[in-house]
Amino acid sequence: MPRKALMIDYEYCTGCHACEVACKQEHDYPVGKGGIHMNEIMTTLPNGRLRIDYIPFPTAYCDLCAVRTKKKGETTACAKHCQAQVISYDTVAELAKIMENKAHAVMFTPK
Amino acid sequence: MEKDKRKIVRTTAWSPGCGSHGGCGFKLEIENGKLVKVEGDECHPWNQGRVCAKGLALTQYVHHPDRVRHPLKRVGARGENKWQQITWEEAFDICEKKLKEIREKYGAESVIFAQGTGRDIGGPITYLCYAYGSPNWVQIGLAGHSCYTPRQGAMFVTNGNYTMADCSQFLEKRYEDPQWVRPNVIINWAQNPINGCFDGFYGHWIVDCMKRGSKLIVIDPRVTWLASRAEIHLQNRPGTDGAIALGMLHVIINEGLYDKEFVDKWCNGFDKLKERVQQYPPEKMAAIAWIKTEDLIRAARLYAQSKPSAIHWGVPIDGNPQGTVVAQAIAHLWSITGNIDIPGGNVIAKAAFGVTTYPFTSQEMADLYGEEMVKKLNELRIGCDRYPMIKGFRGWVQPDVLLEQLETGKPYKVHGAWIQTSNPIGGQAADPKRHLAALQDLDFIVVVDTFHNPTSVALADIFLPAAALSEKESFRNWWWPLTNMVKAVDSGDTKSDWEINLEMANRLTTGPIRFKTVKDLIDDRLKPAGITYDELAKRGSWYAPKDGSSVPYYRYETGMLRRDGKPGFDTPSGKVELYATRYEEWGLDPLPYFVEASESPVSTPELWAKYPLIFASGRRVPVFFHAEHRMIPWLREIVPDPVIEINPQTAKDLGIEDGEWVLAENNHGSAKFKALLTPTAHPKIVSVGHGWWIPEAKPETPGLFDNWEHNCNQLVPMGTQSKSGFGGGAYKTSLCRVVKIGAKDSK
Repeated sequence: MPRKALMIDYEYCTGCHACEVACKQEHDYPVGKGGIHMNEIMTTLPNGRLRIDYIPFPTAYCDLCAVRTKKKGETTACAKHCQAQVISYDTVAELAKIMENKAHAVMFTPK
Repeated sequence: MEKDKRKIVRTTAWSPGCGSHGGCGFKLEIENGKLVKVEGDECHPWNQGRVCAKGLALTQYVHHPDRVRHPLKRVGARGENKWQQITWEEAFDICEKKLKEIREKYGAESVIFAQGTGRDIGGPITYLCYAYGSPNWVQIGLAGHSCYTPRQGAMFVTNGNYTMADCSQFLEKRYEDPQWVRPNVIINWAQNPINGCFDGFYGHWIVDCMKRGSKLIVIDPRVTWLASRAEIHLQNRPGTDGAIALGMLHVIINEGLYDKEFVDKWCNGFDKLKERVQQYPPEKMAAIAWIKTEDLIRAARLYAQSKPSAIHWGVPIDGNPQGTVVAQAIAHLWSITGNIDIPGGNVIAKAAFGVTTYPFTSQEMADLYGEEMVKKLNELRIGCDRYPMIKGFRGWVQPDVLLEQLETGKPYKVHGAWIQTSNPIGGQAADPKRHLAALQDLDFIVVVDTFHNPTSVALADIFLPAAALSEKESFRNWWWPLTNMVKAVDSGDTKSDWEINLEMANRLTTGPIRFKTVKDLIDDRLKPAGITYDELAKRGSWYAPKDGSSVPYYRYETGMLRRDGKPGFDTPSGKVELYATRYEEWGLDPLPYFVEASESPVSTPELWAKYPLIFASGRRVPVFFHAEHRMIPWLREIVPDPVIEINPQTAKDLGIEDGEWVLAENNHGSAKFKALLTPTAHPKIVSVGHGWWIPEAKPETPGLFDNWEHNCNQLVPMGTQSKSGFGGGAYKTSLCRVVKIGAKDSK
């Protein structure tokens, strides 16, 4: 089986936290435990403007939604409910192809 | 309800639960009669499969241990939080007896019917209010009624209808529909839409457009994520949106960037507007707004020269001093550039099939309840004698006048309140202590809600528990497509707002009883669509018209906007009224102008010297809606505390560290917040979230769930309403200072 991964198009991630709660609902994780964690990064650009980036990070509790993806053939809960639709679940090879054309993207390979 | 082992019910969400202004298609997963999971409905055109954090936490809301699940009768004094469980029959009997007594002694107008934000309540509460015979439908404490209605009023007088940024929401196939064109530029004005679905607009539609190439101009005092992605960000002083709009009109008109053909054919009063805006050159307006002149000019040019361009706006527009005037100036921007009802512009929003859930216009009120009834009620409505626009538009009480009337008993005394889906003491009311004192005088107060909150504990004599969205039958038509809420699980001993209000209306009405069940009522209201509640549910809870007046575009050419079927706009002149004859009729200036807030760095320099920061309340987060959701574990975890955003340099000057508890105080009051040092904050502006009461704190008075610790509206006065009566609530424009109160992480 080719390795599966999550790709985040962080040009458009709005930091809405839907991925975090989708993950908690999917796994019934309690407060203090979650499979994906949203990070905020602020950078002052050379022109003085502020750039805000949000990057959700799959934690040690991310199982790439094993039940959903393997048994039901669905995408991960975070990808499904991402309001900005910036999370993609696929093979590393497929995602790498898509990343070629993205302004800003990152791939995570949780295990 | 049968106990299927497992089933999926498709429904459309609209409070209580996710709480917001609603519209999303949900697939509710039910196991053994219990809601176990929420998934987005991929087939629903509104959200196309996505669900926000609040919707995804619905199971924790519905099954929350603190939900009130039986009717309660107060047994101690108000505020003691002592209750006795009673049956619905007992509760209805008490409410019927008390409300009939008050009506007989003092008249129906002496009972007010209060709702909160725009959810599945405008329909049921007006139904009950009018059946009882009261003209007083109100949002208690909403200073200047500064939420959406001022913008609606301005659009009504200018365009004859309401408009929205066109994100293809009026087309079933959405972005794939070949008729739709993405806006080249979207002005995102005074809102952070990604935090929710405000005013019938799913916030991430803006992001959908960005991904398809729309460029942004963001007008916001904070550097939001959207601002950080914008071509131009105007980081303005709160309360100066009118100056920016007038400055932009000046540029667009004087540089000839408007749509001459559209203006000649479809607008009145252009020359008068042109003359008026000469008073507002961009240099002067930019200085007022604390922005660069060149940025204001660039924004005006980019918007006007990028047709189609759209404007999306938010509630701070309403809170501007003279909110109805500011909204008018902004409506002029899309009007003179011909960006109205074109693909990718500001599309006219009309309810699918003409079905009314929540009356948004006086005409809809008249259609539902009869011209005579509406006219009669207009005479006695609180605020009507002072404000012709309050009398002439929609049917809301003027909330600042209500507070005075509660205190003085003039021109008549208020004796009762029916407060439903609203928590004014912990939520929307400015000057909440003054409201609490004034409302304590009432003879009888009913609160209908899902959880106890500061208002119910402080004031309720009877508490009626409301059903959540998965537990009820209802319908929603804001604006498109027509949708309904399908009862997926048993509601136990709770009832839906419609069920409660229909039962009470049937007990209280002086007219004939028209509907025995909620479904009868809904089926009647759905008649224009030629569909029943059950048929709508079978279709997956939504139904989109293929044609008719709610389907865009260019309806001013086809006669779809006016009742007489003639081409043109639904205004007295049939044109876009740049010179507003309806404002003139209401004794208001028919053209836009700029004024400062009553308290501001400019109008009260002595106050500014003492309180050198602008206190902008109402900062939204994606995990709460107004005063709700602090008891939902998955959501509270994300935003655990009420924070105040402070620019790091400002905080350094004040000796304030990140994470420290601080006091914001001013001439009106004070509240505590946790300092969040962030470069997204302007050095002179602090921002706080609203609706903060702490569900785990002591409910009884005086604390009321720590309401007086954290309620930001203690710094916001009443009585700043616009000349029209609509707009002007100082929720974003009060002044304050911020002081240290203690060590890090200690209250």
